[in-house]
Amino acid sequence: MILSLIPITIRKATPLGYAALGGTCSERAGVANIALEGMMLIGAYGYTVSAHASQSAWLGLGVGMACGFGLALLLAVATITFQSEQIVTGVAINILALGTIEYLITTSERVVGLPELKLPFIGQYSILTCTMPMLMIMCHIMLYKTAWGLRLRAAGNSTEALKTLSLSRERWQYFGVCMSGIFAGIGGCFLVSDVHLFTKGIIGGRGFVALAAVIFGNWRPINCVLACLLFGFADSLDLIQQWNMPDQLIKSLPYILTMIVLAGLVGKARPPAALGTSEN
Amino acid sequence: MFLPFPTYEYVLNNQPASSVHTRNQFHTFQQILNVVFPFTAVLGFFLFCGIVLLLRGESPYAFYLTILKSGFSSFDEFASVLFYATPLIFTGLAVALAFKAGLFNIGCEGQLYVAAFTAAWFGIHINLPSIVLIPLCIVAAMLSGAIWGAIPGLLKVRFGAHEVINTIMMNFIALAFTNFLVVSVYREPGQMTPQTEAIHETARFQRLGEVIPFINESNLLDASFLLAILCVILTYVFLKYSRWGYELRLVGNASEVAAYGGIKPGRVIVWTMALSGAIAGLSGVSDVMGYRHRFLDSFSSGWGFTGIVVALLGRNHPFGVFAASLLFGLLNKVALDIELLLGIPRGLFLVGQGLLIVIMVCMEGFVIKRKR
Repeated sequence: MILSLIPITIRKATPLGYAALGGTCSERAGVANIALEGMMLIGAYGYTVSAHASQSAWLGLGVGMACGFGLALLLAVATITFQSEQIVTGVAINILALGTIEYLITTSERVVGLPELKLPFIGQYSILTCTMPMLMIMCHIMLYKTAWGLRLRAAGNSTEALKTLSLSRERWQYFGVCMSGIFAGIGGCFLVSDVHLFTKGIIGGRGFVALAAVIFGNWRPINCVLACLLFGFADSLDLIQQWNMPDQLIKSLPYILTMIVLAGLVGKARPPAALGTSEN
Repeated sequence: MFLPFPTYEYVLNNQPASSVHTRNQFHTFQQILNVVFPFTAVLGFFLFCGIVLLLRGESPYAFYLTILKSGFSSFDEFASVLFYATPLIFTGLAVALAFKAGLFNIGCEGQLYVAAFTAAWFGIHINLPSIVLIPLCIVAAMLSGAIWGAIPGLLKVRFGAHEVINTIMMNFIALAFTNFLVVSVYREPGQMTPQTEAIHETARFQRLGEVIPFINESNLLDASFLLAILCVILTYVFLKYSRWGYELRLVGNASEVAAYGGIKPGRVIVWTMALSGAIAGLSGVSDVMGYRHRFLDSFSSGWGFTGIVVALLGRNHPFGVFAASLLFGLLNKVALDIELLLGIPRGLFLVGQGLLIVIMVCMEGFVIKRKR
């Protein structure tokens, strides 16, 4: 019974995973990223339009990533260069993305999806699902084993550490935020490619769930993706009809879990120390 | 004499003469910015809309004219603007109040759903004369909103969990919870739309059109607007003249000073969030008891989030919030007309709103933070 949920869990966890990795990059660099939702949405829309026009899913993916990147750049310029309030800016960018979609959206038609790969034992998945673990490991190595990752984390942990090395905190923050936009864009592309149809509400709060996963995974890439798997599992539980549990309550499980973790009742959430500060 | 901290007299006597002067200067500077920022942002907003229209090959003139016409051509139209502004006044006040205490309440959306459902529940299940039932509904709804708001505050104080994440999570929980209640438990029999039964006649707000001669009887403006005005005035008085308002502002500006002065910041944070939630809840009340007379699933069109824009534009001042909600009420009303008459998608306004906030916060960050 539970085993049959594994493919659905993985499928539901994939977009969350991409967005959560993005969120990790940005928050590790000290920029709180509420705008993941908007970046996913705009990425999904970019994918839809270009894939529909060119009939090429790969081009769509590229454009989707570029769209996410563009929105992230706006967030970066506002929060890092102009030192605006990060959370308010994030909210604004979500509104901006939603408005852009509402303004541009015309009719929804079937779009091509990305190629799928057949994996042994667990079934057939989109290629993005298969690259997900690789990206996760790459993120982990980047953050913890390279000088880049050390600097990125330093940007989020202390405003002084980079200064003493006469490195620019701004540059690393830009890097982190832009990465988050690209990753979130991929997450959005996956959603469209999976159902072959774009709707206004396609993201449906997944950006915020991903944000929750970032916290749940304690701002560590591998833990974040595991958290996404858990949340994806919670999301797929409503397919079990005989439990007779109202699915709205199951759907809100990730949110409740996040609140519990954030409160430190299970494990302790340790956000990057300089998260949200705007000194250079 | 050697004291561990400078006494008041010491500070007064040893202050350089110029420092008082600069403090006043800084104060005026901020006050000027308080006016300059919102107006620049709004100007930017309308300019942006105009440019987009030019790019579409349409005349911005007709657009501006439609806005003016749709908002101010008659008392009736203006009353409609007030109707659209009412829920935004409540959410704007709620966000502004929390901002004043240094808290960020993104959870208005959740709080207003919970409160709206509570109001609807009381309105359906209790039948009393208006004079008892309406206050009862309002108080119950405010209480539920307050509880929904206080939880993130409590979590912040008790466990150090940031209120932003928690209020976002509580939004989704509230949405799922009310959705569950209205779909599975309290759905109106024989209805496909997820909505409850209508509330009793006695629980409904009076339509102002039936009382005031200038306004058509069919006008949607109801007594919740008066409640909103009352709220604006009360919030102003509360913040400016009451002890609690002082404590709230002190915690927002200098939490350590507040603690030193014998105020418990934790306690202030919790009740501020509760109060903020209660006011946000009134926004749901205005919809249930004033307009729809029932609870409709996911009825709010992002009022909680527009409230953030409103509070920001109103510089967290109750009267500023009132003015900003009038603007957004106008925009919400006009959006319909524009879509129908000119064929411009209402998304344009959303984009404009997003840009407006980005411009505001960027100016703020750039001018104020870089100054230091």
